[in-house]
Amino acid sequence: MADALLSPAVGGVMWAVSAGAIAYSAVKVRSELDEKKVPLMGVLGAFLFAAQMINFTIPATGSSGHIGGGLLLAILLGPHAAFLTIASVLVVQALFFADGGLLALGCNIFNMGFITAFIVYPLVYKTILGRNPNQGRMALATMAAAIVGLQLGPLGVVLETYFSGISELPFTTFLLLMQPIHLAIGIVEGFITVAVVSFVYQSRPEILQVALEARPIGVHPVRNVLLAFLAATVLVGGIVSWYASENPDGLEWAIARVTGKEELTEPSRGIYGVLASIQQKTAFLPDYSFRKAPEPAVTSEGGDLAEASGKAGTSVSGIVGALMTLVLALVIGLVLRRRNQAV
Amino acid sequence: MSHHIVEVKNLNHTYPDGTVALRDVSFRIVHGESVAIIGANGAGKSTLLQHLNGYLAPTGGEVRIGDFPLTKATLPEIRRAVGMVFQDPDDQLFMPTVHDDVAFGPLNLGLPEQEVERRVREALDQVGAAHLADKPPYHLSGGEKKRVAIATVLSMSPTILVMDEPTSGLDPYARRRLMSLLRDFHHTKIFTSHDLDMVMDLCDRTIVLHQGEVRADGPTMEIFRDEDLLVGCRLEKPLSMQGCPLCGRVKSEVDGRR
Amino acid sequence: MSNIDKSFRDFRLLDRLAFGETAVHRLDPRAKVLVTLLYIVTVVSFGKYDLSALFPYFIFPAVMISVGGLPAGFVIRKVLLLAPFVLMIGIFNPVFDREVLVRLGPVGISGGWISCASIVVRTMLTLGAALILVGVTGFPAICGALERMGMPRVLAVQLLFLYRYIFVLTEEGARASRARELRAFGKGLGMKTFASLVGHLLLRTWQRAERIHMAMLARGFVGEFHARREFRFGARELLFLFGWSALFISLRFWNLSRMLGDALTGIVS
Repeated sequence: MADALLSPAVGGVMWAVSAGAIAYSAVKVRSELDEKKVPLMGVLGAFLFAAQMINFTIPATGSSGHIGGGLLLAILLGPHAAFLTIASVLVVQALFFADGGLLALGCNIFNMGFITAFIVYPLVYKTILGRNPNQGRMALATMAAAIVGLQLGPLGVVLETYFSGISELPFTTFLLLMQPIHLAIGIVEGFITVAVVSFVYQSRPEILQVALEARPIGVHPVRNVLLAFLAATVLVGGIVSWYASENPDGLEWAIARVTGKEELTEPSRGIYGVLASIQQKTAFLPDYSFRKAPEPAVTSEGGDLAEASGKAGTSVSGIVGALMTLVLALVIGLVLRRRNQAV
Repeated sequence: MSHHIVEVKNLNHTYPDGTVALRDVSFRIVHGESVAIIGANGAGKSTLLQHLNGYLAPTGGEVRIGDFPLTKATLPEIRRAVGMVFQDPDDQLFMPTVHDDVAFGPLNLGLPEQEVERRVREALDQVGAAHLADKPPYHLSGGEKKRVAIATVLSMSPTILVMDEPTSGLDPYARRRLMSLLRDFHHTKIFTSHDLDMVMDLCDRTIVLHQGEVRADGPTMEIFRDEDLLVGCRLEKPLSMQGCPLCGRVKSEVDGRR
Repeated sequence: MSNIDKSFRDFRLLDRLAFGETAVHRLDPRAKVLVTLLYIVTVVSFGKYDLSALFPYFIFPAVMISVGGLPAGFVIRKVLLLAPFVLMIGIFNPVFDREVLVRLGPVGISGGWISCASIVVRTMLTLGAALILVGVTGFPAICGALERMGMPRVLAVQLLFLYRYIFVLTEEGARASRARELRAFGKGLGMKTFASLVGHLLLRTWQRAERIHMAMLARGFVGEFHARREFRFGARELLFLFGWSALFISLRFWNLSRMLGDALTGIVS
């Protein structure tokens, strides 16, 4: 997920969820009273970082891949610690490798961290592992978890992109692009994770004691987290609604494209049904909604609609102006640098 | 603090998988002594060190530091008194900056901020690393890391300094520098090392471990003259005591000054 | 693995840049983090077809790069290596959105191309902002700022450990990887060998974690990490924060590009 494809509303909501999950996990890790965990989490995060930089060749395709590692961490550390570790690796990647961006970080933490640690690990891995784990079951559980996780994560990306309305890619097309590829990636990730876990099991089985102990993670923690998720969504949805004024339009627009109808007849479209209705009631800012009109629409609602129509209309001046500001920015930058050096 | 004695009585340690690491180890080290524990790899040196600050609990026997037997209640005081420096400084320098690492110990002791700052400055001055205070550990050279690692322990004002392979991995200059630093410390010093020339230089007393047992315990020079003992423990004489590669003559005097 | 070394070289460079001594570097990290976040949110809040209005936002990276003494070429290069993912998605916009929105004389530019260009510009701005933030603040300071703004301490400590040991572990990983390569005679790294290589690395990492824990205990650690030193949030920080915020918000509502362009074309025609 990347900032450029994200709208503030979607980004904000995902950040709220991720932040909530982080706070919850932090409390859990502290209360577990295993102080060994913090250096372990940090160093394993660094390990994951390094391991992701080593490429291997995928048999039968010749293309290179690398390990994701989220599932591996969940198996080694347990869900809460693993979630924090995955989140921190993503933070470093966002800052140092321009991997997606800082707003999209919230989405990435959710897609890759939350889904792996709090959905796939308890609901898929642990379930298959059952109460009498053995190596065979562990391999099966790992494969299943890897594949499911790598289907849900990209699904998250598609949904986030869709609801942001910046990309034109239709929902179904995007889905068809992402899911099959990630099925293959999921299978590879499953194999690799199983291989590494077996390696660890052969050398130092006590590390996996926690995993093999098959302590059932009760429904409780997952339910609580999902409740928090829901609460955060509604809260942030309300706060951010005025900012989201453009998105319902973008969404309707996409709907119109895909379905040929102007808008969906069903009243509720999840978040956006709520947002659209709130936006209608508050109308705090002049309407920014950009409706692609065949001819410039002129209304008297304020300068901004005129701007919108101006965009659709002549806009030579817009382009000229854009280039000018770019030059201006460069000049200012150079002047400041020269002044810095002179001093 | 008056005389801090390190006393180990019939120490036994068996690992969970059954390997016997230490067999009936006993010795007594008094205040101000400078002792080396030498032995082949796997002889039990590191395991022994891990008992001295309570990281490992004995499966038999007892460890006493100063007036305290090693128990859960006395652990904090013992960890303050016994400053342990590990072989790989990267394991010991885990904070974002040198200053934070050196302050870690005093902060854990609950000292007020001003006192912590004072101790950090003093410790860094002692090892000659004051100019490195704001640097992150991954910007330091090997020798600098070792010195800073020592500072992280000095800031707790220990009376006993335990170091695992202090000179390993250092270039000759850094090694010399470290040795003159250690020579000036008045703490009780316990080292493990493969660098027998350093041992000859710095330690009056040597304990030889072999397969978890104490094979010898006495004045360093005596032990180093006993070739049979050394070879039997997979060791050999320090290089400066061996014959000259050209003429074969043995240097009969100890070169203690640089 | 020249790939590891290369991408890691950039990492080290970015880390080193944070140790600069310019006026920007000396600002409280909280101010810089807040301004960067506001910048990104503002940029991202523009509509799909907003293009010219985005250009004035280049002023922020331009100023920060110059005053912060960052190598402009380095930042531009890293940003231009645009997340291929974004470009791949963005390039579909012209495919699906063909209706012409702008006419430049006889040439019609479809909405799809405009939104695609908008995506490209957004990417440059947002990713550039993130890199610049690290370059003038440094990762540990960012963690400190986030912690003081509410991030749980467990996460802050863990982030700092992670960062500190990235240097050690990438070195170990690179060494292991190079060693294998020397015995590979051209064959790629298969999955089984990878698993064993990474497995070894994992075990060594676990042992290292145990030794670090040992070292922490040896220095009296009982489970609490202590707060780091305070930064000061003073007049300069307030000026920085409010100045840039005002600019970003104004530019959001007034399209400077159009205004300048209108002025220019008004004079000309």
